[in-house]
Amino acid sequence: MEAQHNITLPEGSIEKKTTTLNFGPTHPATHGVFQNIMEIDGERVVSSEQSVGFIHRAFEKLAERRNLYQITPITDRLNYCSSPINNMGWHLTCEKFLKVETPKRVDYLRIIIMELARISDHLICNSIVGVDTGAYTGFLYVMQYRELIYEIYEEVCGSRLTTNIGRIGGFERNFTNTAFEKLEKFLNEYPKVLKEFESLFTRNRIFMERTQGTGGISAERAMNYGFTGPNLRATGVDYDVRVANPYSSYQDFDFTVPVGSTGDNYDRFLVRNAEMWQSISIIKQAYQKVQEFKGTDAEIFHADVPEYYLPKKEDVYNNMEALIWHFKIIMGEVDLPKGQIYNPVEGANGELGFYLISDGGRTPFRLHFRRPCFIYYQAYPELITGGMLSDAVVTMSSLNLIAGELDA
Amino acid sequence: MALTNETIQAQLEAKFEGQVTTFSTETGMLSFESPAALNLKVMQYLFDELGFTFLSDLCGVNYPDNVDGELVVVYHLHNFVENIRLRYSIAVPISKPDVFTATKIFESANWMERETYDFFGINFIGHPNLKRILNVEEMDYFPMRKEFPLEDQTRIDKDDEMFGRG
Repeated sequence: MEAQHNITLPEGSIEKKTTTLNFGPTHPATHGVFQNIMEIDGERVVSSEQSVGFIHRAFEKLAERRNLYQITPITDRLNYCSSPINNMGWHLTCEKFLKVETPKRVDYLRIIIMELARISDHLICNSIVGVDTGAYTGFLYVMQYRELIYEIYEEVCGSRLTTNIGRIGGFERNFTNTAFEKLEKFLNEYPKVLKEFESLFTRNRIFMERTQGTGGISAERAMNYGFTGPNLRATGVDYDVRVANPYSSYQDFDFTVPVGSTGDNYDRFLVRNAEMWQSISIIKQAYQKVQEFKGTDAEIFHADVPEYYLPKKEDVYNNMEALIWHFKIIMGEVDLPKGQIYNPVEGANGELGFYLISDGGRTPFRLHFRRPCFIYYQAYPELITGGMLSDAVVTMSSLNLIAGELDA
Repeated sequence: MALTNETIQAQLEAKFEGQVTTFSTETGMLSFESPAALNLKVMQYLFDELGFTFLSDLCGVNYPDNVDGELVVVYHLHNFVENIRLRYSIAVPISKPDVFTATKIFESANWMERETYDFFGINFIGHPNLKRILNVEEMDYFPMRKEFPLEDQTRIDKDDEMFGRG
C-alpha cells in the first residue's frame, strides 16, 4: 500500500498536526467562567493555557475604602459555595488583629456553621465530579441536604448563599430553637444519605475507571504549586490549618485529617468524602459542647467589644452609649491600630488567608486575600497534559475551582 | 533543632551579615526585609537550609510616601515540618520596579507574580510569562497603586440616573 501523504500546502505555511480547541469560558462542563485554549491531538491534550479574570471585581481595591464590617459581604463573594467560612475567617482575622477574645460558646457555634459550610461545599464538588462522569443521580439526591444546610444559615443569619453571617466578636443574634432543631434533623438524616452517596460512587467501577489515575500529581509538585486543602491532602501531605494553627477553639475537638496517596481525581474525591464524615463528627461534638452551656451562659453569642460589635436596635433607641457606638460603627469612626497580620483559615478548598495591613486609619491600607484555587489552578495544564479531553473535564471539577474566589 | 523566630533571625543575620534587616515579631510571625537584589538568595537559603518549602502568599503593596521604596513585594513562607511561618518583604522604587522572579524556586509564584505585575506594575525579571492575568491586556495602568483612588462617592457631576446613584 502506498504511503499516504499530506496535502501539499502553499510554500511558507506551517503544517499543523494538532487541533486548537477553545474550551470555555461559558461551557456547561467548566462549572464557572474558565477558559482553556487546548491543543489536542485526537482526544489527547497536548498543551493547554488557561485564562482567568472573567469575573474580577477588584475586591482588594474596594476593601481599601471600607470599614471592617463592610468587608464581610465582599468575602461572601469569594468562595460562594461556603461563604460562612470566608465570613468567619475574616472575623477571626479582625479579632486576632484587634486582640478580641471570643467566648467559648461563640467559638463552638462558629465551628458548627463552618463545618456545615465545609460539608455543603464538598457535597457540591463531589457530586459535580459525579455529574461529569455521567452519574447525575447523586447530585440531585444530595441537593436536598444542601438545602437543609441553607435553611440552617437562614435561621441563623437570614440569608442563604451570600450569608454575611456573624459580626466581629460573634453572631448578630443567638441561635434559635428552630436552628438547633434543623441541625438535629441534619445530624440524624445526613449520615445515612452520605453513606448512600458513597456506595453510589466509591466502589462504582465506571466511576473508579474514570477517576483513578487521571489528574494526578505528586506531593512534592503539589507543594511547589501551592496546593492546599483537600487537593494537597489527596497527595499524602497531612497539612490542615485547623490542626497546624488552630483557630476558633479547634484544638478542643477530636478529629483526624484524612489523606490520600496518589493525588488523582479519585483520591481527591475520597478525601472530601472522608472529610465530610469528620465534619459531621466535629459538628456533633460542638453541638454537645454548646448544649452544656446552661442558664445565662447559653445566652452568650458575642464578645463584649462595643467598638466593633453593633448594639441591639432597642438599645440604640433607649440607651445613650449604645447610640454613640452605633453611630461610630456605622459612620466608620473607629480607628484601627497600626500593624499587619496574616491569618489563614482552612477554607473548603484550601488555605484561605487574609493579609491585612493597617496604617492606623479607619479602613485597611491594604487587604490581600490568599485565594487557594487561584494558586492551585496554575497546575491545571500539568495535571491534564497527556490525558484525554474528557478526563480534563473531570479534573477541573475535582479541583473544586470556584470562579468567584479565583478572580476575586 | 527546633526552629524558632530567634534561631531563624540569628541564622539569617549570620548568613547575610547585616543585609537582612528590620526584624520584628508581630502577632507571632517573624518579619524582615532585605535589599531587592538579594531576594532569591534569601529565599533559596530559607528553602534549602531552613525548610521553608511552601510559598503561602505573594503580594504587592504600594507605599507612596516611602521614597525609593514605593512598591513592596511581600512573601509569606511556611515550613510545614516545624509549622512556622514568616513574612519577608523587599522594597523597590516605583521608577524602576525590578524584582527577580521566584518562579524557579516556587512554581506557585508564577500566577501570584503575574497578579502583582497586573495590579502594581512590578517587573519580575526572568518570569516565563509576565502578562496581565485578572485585568484586560489592553489596560495601560496599574490599578492597585495608591495614585488611582476609588471614585468619590459624593461626586455629583455624573449623570447616573440609569443606575440610581445620580
